[in-house]
Parts: sequence; C-alpha cells; structure tokens
Amino acid sequence: MAHDHPHDNDLDPMTARVRALETVLAEKGLIDPAAVDAIVETYEHKVGPKNGARVVAKAWADPAFADWLRSDATAAIASLGFTGRQGEHMQAVFNSADTHNLVVCTLCSCYPWSVLGLPPVWYKSPPYRSRAVIDPRGVLEEFGLRLPGETAIRVWDSTAELRYLVVPQRPSGTQGWAEEALAGLVTRDSMIGTGLALAPEAAS
Amino acid sequence: MNGPHDLGGQMGFGAVAPEADEPIFHADWEKRALGVTLAAGGMGHWTIDESRHARECLHPADYYASSYYEIWTKALERLLVRHGFVTEDELADGRARAAGAAPKRVLRAADVPAALARGGPCDRPVADRPRFAVGARVRTRTIHPKGHTRLPRYARGKVGVVEAARGGFVFPDANAHGTGEAPQHLYTIVFSARELWGEAADPTLSVSIDAWEDYLEPADER
Repeated sequence: MAHDHPHDNDLDPMTARVRALETVLAEKGLIDPAAVDAIVETYEHKVGPKNGARVVAKAWADPAFADWLRSDATAAIASLGFTGRQGEHMQAVFNSADTHNLVVCTLCSCYPWSVLGLPPVWYKSPPYRSRAVIDPRGVLEEFGLRLPGETAIRVWDSTAELRYLVVPQRPSGTQGWAEEALAGLVTRDSMIGTGLALAPEAAS
Repeated sequence: MNGPHDLGGQMGFGAVAPEADEPIFHADWEKRALGVTLAAGGMGHWTIDESRHARECLHPADYYASSYYEIWTKALERLLVRHGFVTEDELADGRARAAGAAPKRVLRAADVPAALARGGPCDRPVADRPRFAVGARVRTRTIHPKGHTRLPRYARGKVGVVEAARGGFVFPDANAHGTGEAPQHLYTIVFSARELWGEAADPTLSVSIDAWEDYLEPADER
C-alpha cells in the first residue's frame, strides 16, 4: 500500500506532510482512502471544462436554452447533467459586442467546479486575485488578449456562493455548426473571461 | 478579518503566469491534499466558512509562501486539531496515538459520486422581505471584523447599485464561527471602478461583489 512509510525522510516536505496527515486519518478511521481515490478520480477524469463547453455550445445553438441559462443557470446546466459541489448556485454572464465579463475570487479560490473542474494555479494565486479587480486590461494582456478600448469590462468577484460562468461570444463563421463542433471552440479561459472562444480556423 | 487572503487591489505580486496545457495536479501530494480535505470535510464537523477562515488565519508570511494546496493542507491540520480528531504530535510523525473525537460520519468511496453531485447548497429561506430593491443605491459598511467576513476591504464604504437580489443565503460571518447559519438576503452590488479606485480608474470598468444584507446600508443614510 501507499502509506507504509510515513517516516520517509527522503520525501519532499509536502509529500511527507500530506502522507502523514492521510495516514493518521486513515488509521483512526476518519477517512476512507478509497474515497480519497474516488474524489481525485472525479476531478482528474470526469469533471472539467468540457462540461462548460457543452453548456456554452448549447446556448449558442439553442436560443431557448440561452434564455433559460440567463434566467436560471443552475437548472439549465443541471439539465445537461452537471450539478454539485461548487456549482450549487450558478450564474451565467454573457459577453456582448459592448461588454466583456471576467470572473475572479479575490478572497480565496471560488470557481465553478461543476462546469470547469478544478481551477488552474494562476486563478488561485495572488497576481490574478489582486489585479483582476483593479487592472483587468493589464491582466488580459498577460493572457494575450487585448480588448478594444471602448469595450466595457465587468469583473465579477465571487465573494459568496454564486459561481459564475462566462458565455463568450460565438465566433463568426460558425453558422450551421453542430453543438459538438461549437464546443470545440470553447476554451476554459473563455469561460473565465481571460480568453475568447477560438476562431473556426483554430478548430481544425 | 483583514488577512493575507484579502487580495483585491494589492500590488507587488507581479504578472499573472498562465501555464500552457497546465496539468490538473502538479504533484501526487496535491491529489491527496484535495481528496483528504474533501473527505475530512465529509465528516460534517465544520462548514465551508470555517474552512475558509482557517485558511485566511495562516500567518501572512506563511500564506504568501504557500501554494494553494499547501494552504488547504495547513488549514485542514488546524481544523482537525481544533475539533479534537488529531494532535500535533500525531501530525508530526504520521502515527495515530489516542482515539480522539468520534466522527458524525465517514465518507465512503461508494458515496463519493452522490456526495459530490449533491454538493452543499447554501440557499436558505429568510422570512423578512429584502431590505433593498433592485436598482437601489447602497453603501457598503466600513467594518473591520476580527472574524470571518466576505466583504473585501477594497469594497468597504463604497457606493454601488443593487443589480440583483439573490434570495436568502447562509451568512458566513456567523457560520464560520459555529454560531449558526443566520441566513440573510444576498445581493449583487455593482460599483464603478472610479468609486473603488479613484478618478484615474478605467471609466469602462465596473466590478461587482455579492454582499449580504448586513454589509449594506442605504446610500443616503449618512
């Protein structure tokens, strides 16, 4: 088993620390290591930004779904099978020709797990959390995104249990595309607001 | 609390460093840290609000020197000691000694899919009508509580507009400290960047927070 040697001193400090923690909890019967495996498996292989991409693609292709997403995002997203932890109270915010949306959690790392999976390191780190609310244009440029000066930017600081999903604008040249093909244009960053959906050329 | 976690508007942390094709985990211990944190939370002895407060109570030097999963791990250790499940000695050498507190429940592998799919909804009925109407101008209170709060410093004492009333939600400022859920109405409040950051701010920028009723007063009250 993986937990035979909590005293190993050749481990890096965090490996040793977490191993000691897990070992004590398992020995005391407080956690089930197989449950830990199942949690990891869920977020490594089952829940991720492909979920959110399906939501966005459906909103692009189906105006009735887009309306539902606007008025009750939690229910609309649940209809595609995406529910649960860190997605209990969803809000969808739609980019337009005039307004670009950007999501941050300045206080911790709140992120819509049910549709995007676990957040990337940069989302949880001080540079993004500190600057997204005061210098979002500067932040976006670090992602290679330069918005027109007249485009309004709206930043959503996730200070409560509402979780925000950005619906990027549908790229031009995608008329008649099936939802599955459209989903291939929807990047994780475009659903946080640090990117745009891909142009059709990029999908091939 | 005015802790190290309250980062909005802070300076000096440098550029954002997006990582191309970032892996979901950067080390195996991060996987275990995630899983152990969620599994231990599944015992039901602390709330998400108490967890967040444990993270923000790390010493600032420690908080800023730690990756996010390190922050989670260190906070979890504190929660486990606080609630009597483990001792510092046990954590130090990874060997269980005394029995410690008994858990209300233990999350089993078979129950993980349902538990994750259920999550932990925080909306609650509130008997009182919302105090503020959509479209109203409100001022966030200038408060500096020593305990947990979700009103960031950059948005205190600022005038904004109620964009949406979200219904009743568990109040973290109470719930983090074990004094009950005390649900209150929650609102999305939008501010101009100029209100938050002064006249030199980008006129095309607006920022919103989600704020509980206790964080707000009518804009004309003082």
